[in-house]
Formats: sequence, structure tokens, C-alpha cells
Amino acid sequence: MILRYIQRLPGKADYILPALLLAAALLIGGLSLLPETASLHVSGYVVSLFGKYLCYALLALSVDLVWGYAGILSLGHGAFFALGGYAMGMYLMRQIGARGVYGNALLPDFMVFLNWHDLPWYWYGFDHFIFAVVMMALVPGLLAFAFGYLAFRSRVSGVYLSIITQALTYALMLAFFRNDMGFGGNNGLTDFKDLLGANLQSDGTHAGLMLASAILLCVFYLLCRALIRSRFGKVLVAVRDAESRTRFLGYRVERYKLTVFVFSAVMAGFAGALYVPQVGIINPSEFAPANSIEAVIWVAVGGRGSLVGAIIGAILVNFAKTVFTGAFPELWLFALGGLFVLVTLFLPRGFVGLWAQLRSRWADHQTKKREGISKGDASERRGEMPEGKLEVGE
Amino acid sequence: MSDEPESAVAEAARPPVEPLLYLDGVNVSFDGFKALNALSLLIEPGEMRAVIGPNGAGKTTMMDVITGKTRPQSGKVLFRGDIDLTRHDEAEIASLGIGRKFQKPTVFEMHSVEDNLLLSLKGDRRPSRVMLMRGNADEKRRLDEILDIVKLDPLRARRAGDLSHGQKQWLEIGILLAQEPDLLLVDEPVAGMTDAETEETANLLRRINATRSVIVVEHDMTFVRALGVKVTVLHEGAVLAEGSLDHVSADPRVIDTYLGR
Repeated sequence: MILRYIQRLPGKADYILPALLLAAALLIGGLSLLPETASLHVSGYVVSLFGKYLCYALLALSVDLVWGYAGILSLGHGAFFALGGYAMGMYLMRQIGARGVYGNALLPDFMVFLNWHDLPWYWYGFDHFIFAVVMMALVPGLLAFAFGYLAFRSRVSGVYLSIITQALTYALMLAFFRNDMGFGGNNGLTDFKDLLGANLQSDGTHAGLMLASAILLCVFYLLCRALIRSRFGKVLVAVRDAESRTRFLGYRVERYKLTVFVFSAVMAGFAGALYVPQVGIINPSEFAPANSIEAVIWVAVGGRGSLVGAIIGAILVNFAKTVFTGAFPELWLFALGGLFVLVTLFLPRGFVGLWAQLRSRWADHQTKKREGISKGDASERRGEMPEGKLEVGE
Repeated sequence: MSDEPESAVAEAARPPVEPLLYLDGVNVSFDGFKALNALSLLIEPGEMRAVIGPNGAGKTTMMDVITGKTRPQSGKVLFRGDIDLTRHDEAEIASLGIGRKFQKPTVFEMHSVEDNLLLSLKGDRRPSRVMLMRGNADEKRRLDEILDIVKLDPLRARRAGDLSHGQKQWLEIGILLAQEPDLLLVDEPVAGMTDAETEETANLLRRINATRSVIVVEHDMTFVRALGVKVTVLHEGAVLAEGSLDHVSADPRVIDTYLGR
């Protein structure tokens, strides 16, 4: 009985995580709305922090989809995250209107400061939320399409691809640092006032944004789950494990890679878009190569090739980061590096893999027990266990 | 041609069947090394051909050229008479009906035996279509058929990575069958197999040959003898001899370069 329950668990666990996340988001959001004198009151800081974790989890999910399932180790996903963030930031800048320091209704403060007189053409349309939402998906998606089209068509893969993704995000960082780009230079975009008419300083808005992040994370999680369970997902794993075999079966590997890469970039874009109003700023440092690498570490820690693992990894590592940087700020990077080394050496499939290992050991133990009773039956059972499915991360 | 009147007569006397695969004067060189040197080869529809030759004779390069992995510097590679294979890439050539088995058994280790075959079944390969594909009764029937042929039915739910070496070889042959190709290229199918497995494999290939053409590259002479088909001996990127195994074994040049060692 117990064995059977445990064997079925991974399927159910797929829904346990989003349910838990939503429940946690509702709880934290609800408690933050209690009066400050209430003993259970949760501060706005905690709400935004949790919201931030959820955005990071969505970024991790997008990295895991391409790395864990299609074998594309992108070290530049922070670029898509930041571009989505800038799209949101531009909308928020336009919402400030005449409430800026210079009181200029036409131009954002930094443009007034630079003595600009007209709004650059690429800022047009960002007054409208819907337009901004489209851009959050379109800009990262188009960049991923152009980049992926060239890279995958030329069959750039492995470490070479990783290096050029690093170069991509680094180049964008340098570009966005320039004042002439019209995105606020190294200060980036900040001093946001409101989003869809809701005051960004209020507890209610914080709770709402955090909840929106949780919902979006769950939606994308379920989409990714459906994708990897489809035959398309099986082809992705096939590409990851034996690319030329897949090609000789008649699959255009580059199209599969491109499709999943673009989808993943759009996900990362939305993660960035929800991140920006919760932290109140977007600047070029979001493009820093180290950010993208950190996202890969979250996935590795949680468990590459497991969607649940990516989310758990992102939340765990960032929680640890919050605690560590509060207590011993100078030690954090050592801790992160150490964690990565330990996980790579001892937990190649991350924390989720550890859980699976324990589970299969438990199953083995049970099987041995049963073998004493009916040998043939038990060994047949073992053959049936969907080990492979587990490892590709259900 | 003129100094070999015998073969010219044979050529002329042959009924005008369009060859399935026709290689003519194919040249491939890597950094000055001539991997294929004016290689010519003709495979009839329904034929099974064994290709032998010492290491570096160009066997694998020949397969690479046929399957679109390597582009020849010159020469003709025609499939079904008029399809120029040098103008197509791997995926297109696979869809045209040429399947390839690698030297090292290459299967999708993380997928079950069944999923390996499911991904290989002939069908639409476009991502947008594949995304929405669901298994149906017809696919199940074809899967069962192939699992039966390659004798992996009891292991259908097993992870491919957990199969034995010989079973992986068969699974890969099953993968090729699922593609329903007209021509199968099989690179050293019995390397590392036990004698019993080797014999099984020879039977399997003969069975496949009933409906499809097959080119087998092999080192194992017992296996080639067991197949009992026409043999082409490659040497330094060109055909050294062609005919029955007994015929080529008696050729002094073949003995010199290959069998005699």
C-alpha cells in the first residue's frame, strides 16, 4: 500500500507544488493586509521578498526548460528577464506623468536631465498597459528568435553556445549603460508611482503583485508540464540525449530548439516584468552575466530536468541568500560557490534527485522484502517502474 | 570501361531497373586526406549489400555522404534515380526514406523502449504538429508490430538506457524500421554481440530485407558469410572488388590489402 502510494506520488506532486505556492501567496498576502498592530501582520517587505522569489522561480523554470529538457545551457537568460523588466519599467515611467521631479508631463525625468526635447520613437505606445504587455513578450521573444535562428541553424551548441549567450547579455548590459540608448543609462528606470492606477507603495498593491506572480508561475508551470509531457517534449529530451540520432530520424532539431528557446525567453520576460514593480527599479546591472549564471545555479541545486526542482531551487537558494547576506554579507558568494560545487559533486540531480534517490532506495527495500514472499512478482514490478520518466523530471 | 569488356557487357545486358541508390565518382577529402576517391556504387531496389574494408577505407564516410552529414567535393549521389542527395540535409534525407544505424548503438536512453519507437514512427515531424500529436490505434498497431520483429515486446516499458548492448542494437534497428525507410544503412550491427545475438541479427536483417534494401557495413566475416549477399570491398576510398564473398575472398588484391592480414 505505502509503496504504491509512493510510486504514484510524483504525478500528484506535480499539482502539490503549485497548490502550495498559491496557498502561501494567499496566506502571506492576506496577513499583510491585517492592521499593523495585529500579531500576525506580515510586513510589506516580506510580501515583496516572496514576490521576488516567485519571479526568480519563473526565471529558473524558463532556464530549466531549455537546459534541463533541450540541453541548451543558456548563460544569458538574464537578458530576457531584464528586457521584460525594461518593458514594464517603461510603462511605469509613462504612468508617472507630470509627477516627476521636473514636473514634465511629456518626458521622463532622465530625458529632461539629458536635455532631450522629444520622446524617442521606441517609447511610443508604452503609455498603454496592453502595449507594454505585448512588448514584454515580443522583445525577449524576438531577440531569442533572431539569436536562436542563427545559432541553432549553424549548429552552435554546448559550451560555445553558452559563451555566446554570455556575450549577448554582456553586450546588452554595456548598451543599456549608455545614456544615449534612452533607457536611463546606469540609473535605469525608477521612482515608479503606480501600476494600472494602483499605488505601488501600498500594501494592497504589493500583495496583488505577489499573488499575480504566484498565479503566473503556476500557469507557466502547467504549460511547461504539458509541453514536456507532449510528444514535442519527448523530442526535446531526444535532442538533449542524442541530437544526431534525432536528426537522422527526420526531425529538424534546430526548429525544436528554436521553438523552446523562444518560449523560454518569453517566460523569462514576464518574470522580469513582474519583478520590476516589486523591487521598484530596473537598471543595466540586471543584464550582468553573473545574474544569468546564478539562475543556472538555482536550477542545478533544485534539480536540472525537473520543473518542480527549478522552482524549489530558486526559492531555496534565494531564501538562503536573503538570510546569508543579512547575517554575513561577505560570505554569501563563497557559500553560493560552495553549494554549487557540493551539488555538482554529490547531487547531480539536485535536491529533487536526492528525494528520488531516497524513494527508489525505499522501493528497492520494499521489493526485497516482497521477494521473500513471491520472487517473480516482485522483480516484474521493478521492471515496470517508470524510472526514466522520473529522471527526465516529471 | 574499355579494358573491362566483361563488365560492360554485363551492364548492357542488365534489365533497365532504376537503381535505388547510385553513387558515381564521389570524392571527399578532409584536409588533403582522400576519404573517398572516385567511389562508385550501385544498389538495386530490394538488394542487401555488405560493405567491408579495412579501417579508414571510407565506409563510414560513404554513409555520411549518403545521409547528408558530409557533402562530397564532387560526384553524383542519386536516390531513386533522380533525387540528388547532396542537395538535402540529414532530416530531409531521413524523410525521403533512408534510415541509418550508427556504429555505436544510439538510442534515447532516458526514454522507454516504446517511446523510442514512438518518436521514430513515420509521420509529420514539424514541431507545431508534433506538439499536438496523441497516440492512436494505428500507431499502437505499428509499435506492436515492430516490437515483435525486434523481439523487445516484453521490455517495452523498460528505460532504453537499461537495455543490454545487444538489445540496444535491436532497438536501434527497430527505430529504423519505424521510419519505414526504403533503404537502411547499418553500420557494424554485430560489434560486441554474442554469437547467438549475431545469428539473431543476421536473421533480423534478412527479414527486413524482404521488404527493404539494406547496406551493411561489417568487419565480422562470419556474419557477412551468414548474410550470404553480394559484397563490396572498399579500400582507400574506392571499390577494390565486388561480388560474392567467395569471389572477393579469392581476389589477390583483396587478400593483399585486407583478408590476408
